[in-house]
Amino acid sequence: MTIEVRIPTILRTYTDGEKAVPGEGASLAALIDDLEANHPGIKERLIDSTDNGEDLRRFVNVYVNDEDVRFIGGLEAELSDGDEVVVLPAVAGG
Amino acid sequence: MLTISQTTYDAIVAHAKRDHPDEACGVVAGPEGSDRPERFIEMVNAAGSPTFYEFDSTDLLALYREMDDRDEEPVVIYHSHTATEAYPSVTDIGLASEPGAHYVLVSTREHGNNDGSVEFRSYRIVDGVVTEEEVDVVPALPTD
Repeated sequence: MTIEVRIPTILRTYTDGEKAVPGEGASLAALIDDLEANHPGIKERLIDSTDNGEDLRRFVNVYVNDEDVRFIGGLEAELSDGDEVVVLPAVAGG
Repeated sequence: MLTISQTTYDAIVAHAKRDHPDEACGVVAGPEGSDRPERFIEMVNAAGSPTFYEFDSTDLLALYREMDDRDEEPVVIYHSHTATEAYPSVTDIGLASEPGAHYVLVSTREHGNNDGSVEFRSYRIVDGVVTEEEVDVVPALPTD
């Protein structure tokens, strides 16, 4: 099972400059753990760990086949072989 | 230094004035590595707020896919401040995620929706460090 993960410029320091890396996992949470195993440090940039558990960081957008994962289960979103995952930091400010 | 055409400068200012008192936001894309802000793209401020801006997540994906297809990158990322100076806020600095972009800030606090001058300033924001840069407004970008 291979999932292509598109990496934004700001996180390419974790992927040796690669714009896209392969990953594995039946859910987004599992995929992120797999990414962390190959690109240590990347998980902390994607996930916020609090006393209430883990969630995607508020200003990180993740899309599975062009769907914002917030609408399809967040970290529990299911993944299948051949899916494309895109990570994009929010463009936002005050 | 940011070199920007008068047409693009005027478009950013017009957008900021039109959306005042809410913050306006958008991008000027250009060929990867060129540092040429060529293609002006107004974005919707999904926050619809006088103190915050955020690109809608669906629009954001569409924008990055389009730039990717055209071998472009965001050369300028602009937004307006409507009651404060044209300087990056703590939030702006914390959320800045394009180290290669010129972050343009426009302040409409003086004249709001009306004619009149605005503050128009540009910055690099890298790893939380803000560096202001000169803005050179030219009749047209150099062709060379």
